[in-house]
Amino acid sequence: MCSYITQGVELEGSAKSADKWFALGAASVYYDHPYHSAFNHSLNIDFLNAKEGPKSRVAVELSRDSALHLAEAILSCIKAGDEAHLS
Amino acid sequence: METPVTRYEGLIAETTRHSGTNDDLIEAYLARPLGKGPYPGVVVVHHMPGWDPSTKEFTRRLAYEGYVAICPNLYCREAPDASPDDAGAKVRAEGGVSDEQVVGDIGGAVRFLRALPYSNGRVGLIGFCSGGRQVYLAACRLDVDAAVDAHGGRVIMAPEELTERQPVAPIDLTKDMKAPLLGLFGDDDQYPTPEEVGKTRAELERYKKTFEFHSYPGAGHEFMNPHRPSYRVEAAVDAWEKLLAFYAKYLG
Repeated sequence: MCSYITQGVELEGSAKSADKWFALGAASVYYDHPYHSAFNHSLNIDFLNAKEGPKSRVAVELSRDSALHLAEAILSCIKAGDEAHLS
Repeated sequence: METPVTRYEGLIAETTRHSGTNDDLIEAYLARPLGKGPYPGVVVVHHMPGWDPSTKEFTRRLAYEGYVAICPNLYCREAPDASPDDAGAKVRAEGGVSDEQVVGDIGGAVRFLRALPYSNGRVGLIGFCSGGRQVYLAACRLDVDAAVDAHGGRVIMAPEELTERQPVAPIDLTKDMKAPLLGLFGDDDQYPTPEEVGKTRAELERYKKTFEFHSYPGAGHEFMNPHRPSYRVEAAVDAWEKLLAFYAKYLG
């Protein structure tokens, strides 16, 4: 696969690249070729700040199952956090 | 004991620039044999992940085989000074570079090669993945002598896939295909599927174009890239033989 099929998500928060923290503006989420990991296809997320340029990026390339586990963990943590902090 | 050198081999690979769309001066990677020539030229169109080391390695292999090969950085405007992976991520987030810009940049690379003092005047194209699609487009719009589409996805596009930057499905331009076309595909690929390859073949036959397609069993997308797990050595070796024979026929 070599497509432009990408879901863009607006984000608020921070991320740390190799040498600095930066403010997050968005993420690109796509299931396509990885650049580095040894999979034919992977679930890739680029955390970005477009205003700061292409170097302000944190990238992850996950196997399909890893991505599902991560998504479940995020949802689980949010549920537990809501119960702890919003109650 | 002193053994003779029966054949001197040498090449140089370096960054250069050439004019592209809007006469922009864009960055490119040039590899060529060390010799007076004349040599045929090839424009290498990188895949969506960008102007990466494996594409540059492919460019150097072409120089080893006797071609002046140039690989324009199609993302140099969008992400100057960025690493290939960061540049690719930025371009992806923006929906890709426009077909118009890419075809203009490829056209600039073709003119650059033909103007070199060691050129034989003939120039071919090769592109991988998204670059294969862009080669199909460029071969319909530019005056080139041979074109190789290496598993280019989205030559066939549904109406909902068309965007402002990619407004036309390449297959719809087939009647304008100006160059002999070689297609290299994997039977297990999903972008393009074997069914889509068959439809493209039928369209080329309909307009009586000069082409040859090869699709390899057990191979999927990116089967020619030795740095990816999708590499299939037997298919890749045969594909190299096919493309060199094709270039020798039309560019030599």
